[in-house]
Amino acid sequence: MSRWEALKDLRQSVSAMVGLVLILLIVVVAIMGPWIAPADPLIPSPLIRLQGPSVEHLFGTDSLGRDIFSRVIYGARISLMIGVISVTISLIPGTLLGLLAGYFGKRIDSIIMRCMDMLLAFPAILLAIFITAILEPNLTNTMVAVGIVYIPHYARIVRAGVLSLKEQLFVQAIVHLGGSHGRILFKHILPNCLPPIIVYATLGMGTAVLQAAALGFLGLGAQPPSPEWGAMLSEGRQYIQLAPHVAAFPGAAILILVLGFNLFGDGLRDVLDPSLRSQ
Amino acid sequence: MTLGYISRRLFHLVLIMFGVSVLVFLMLRMIPGDPAQLLLGEFANPEELESLRAQLGLNQSLLTQYWIYLRNIIQGDLGNSLRSNAPVAGEIWVRLIATLELSLAAMFIATVVGVAAGVLSAVKQRSFLDYASMFLALVGVSMPIFWLGLMLIYLFSVKYPILPMMGRITLGLEVPEMTGLMVVDSLLAGNGQAFLSAVKHLLLPSFTLATIPMAIVARITRSSMLEVMSKDYVRTARAKGMAESVVVLRHALRNAFLPVVTVLGLNLGLLLGGAVLTETIFSWPGLGRYVVDSLAGRDYAAVQGCILVFAALMAAINLAVDLMYVFLDPRLRVDE
Repeated sequence: MSRWEALKDLRQSVSAMVGLVLILLIVVVAIMGPWIAPADPLIPSPLIRLQGPSVEHLFGTDSLGRDIFSRVIYGARISLMIGVISVTISLIPGTLLGLLAGYFGKRIDSIIMRCMDMLLAFPAILLAIFITAILEPNLTNTMVAVGIVYIPHYARIVRAGVLSLKEQLFVQAIVHLGGSHGRILFKHILPNCLPPIIVYATLGMGTAVLQAAALGFLGLGAQPPSPEWGAMLSEGRQYIQLAPHVAAFPGAAILILVLGFNLFGDGLRDVLDPSLRSQ
Repeated sequence: MTLGYISRRLFHLVLIMFGVSVLVFLMLRMIPGDPAQLLLGEFANPEELESLRAQLGLNQSLLTQYWIYLRNIIQGDLGNSLRSNAPVAGEIWVRLIATLELSLAAMFIATVVGVAAGVLSAVKQRSFLDYASMFLALVGVSMPIFWLGLMLIYLFSVKYPILPMMGRITLGLEVPEMTGLMVVDSLLAGNGQAFLSAVKHLLLPSFTLATIPMAIVARITRSSMLEVMSKDYVRTARAKGMAESVVVLRHALRNAFLPVVTVLGLNLGLLLGGAVLTETIFSWPGLGRYVVDSLAGRDYAAVQGCILVFAALMAAINLAVDLMYVFLDPRLRVDE
């Protein structure tokens, strides 16, 4: 299937298009943040603490009187950044390890994959918690922790792709023509492994946003006064009886962004990886 | 045959646990500072520090230190908690049962609702019901469960106060401990009031924890059912004039169940992770909350113990799933 046909298929997929709209919505909000936010996300106004949603404050105000609408808008940048950086941190080493393990096989394969099994032996969020706690809880380390946790997933996907590709005739032909390992791996095998990687990375963005928000919620991610959505939820938790809106809006924002990535990823999978197409 | 497979899998499990222990050991050594100080806290007196240093062999080589550490773990000695000074292994055990109760309840909800939704979606493919339940399933997979938990608390404990927002049972209601599972213990004791209270306390947290697995189970059940429903034996069953319900439940669902079981098993790991968040929100006295509290209190002996236990549980679950797979699908036995 040509790229053009794939794009056309993607445009016809309802779920992919809805997902794309949700993602674009958050991206536009993130870019336009300073122009659309009615108030400063960090400056407290003690006189208007914990007010419910109103015309002046669409999402109400938090315990320090800050405008929650503005904080959610600024938080979009942080969450998108978390998604992109965490996925990059897992994608690059994961892909390289998967390529090496699948291509060279034997001892290299067992060593790499056993290490990956070890990382997979922990529940993801627990490993992320452990890593952030060791490194020191902050936003950067959250992204590093979430990134490390998902390295094995990419390694496995890429390895599986390489294993089936390296037996194929066109790869065998290049081997016999004397192509170097590097050339075979990066020019011939990697490009053919890309579709599942792209699908997984899209779905992975949603997972990364969710995990990072969970760490923020537990107080191990972005620290106050940062308008990170998970950290905002953690603050809202204390006021759930008095002012539920403090937790409601940042949580809804997380759900919308993650749903966007999942819908788009599902649509992409149907187009790029028809073997996995749901009926 | 199967025995060879099981022993190979057991060997693999031991290997993984060995690797995990090395990883946790090295990670704790990576935290800057003296491990003895870390384990005993900043207010430890010099004699205590010196004695723990000798006990852990901190002035010896890294290899000797690891050997001492491994020997202690194998003997079930996970050290003493910094906060309570009690053995970590004991503290973990008590909380593990609470987590188990929560996870089992969540697993039950996820399976019943997920399978039902998946089967209905497959039977009524491309109907409104199908689209609606699959959209809900996608929302479920994308759900920040810590947010869902908070919203459920607001709805059912604050706005319409019909369910409790924290704990395992109403204060003052005592049940003699037999299994450690409140719901079972109250039932065994014949205490209806306590049973009702335990179930009510369990509802919100277990539903919250069940959200993501429920959604995944629904999606897998649907696609697995659709695949099976197009098979010849289903067509034959229909041609024989069997009732549609018998065709769906007895012929299709049974065969569609294999991938669902795998996913259920893999989700137990997800449940253990989700328990960390759910228990924090609902102040459920389980292992997940214990990890978070221990981290906040810099109680590294407890943290290390919990992580090892979590990893061991995951490994055991994965093994059990694989064995169940062999049990459910006789073809896999012949292949061996």
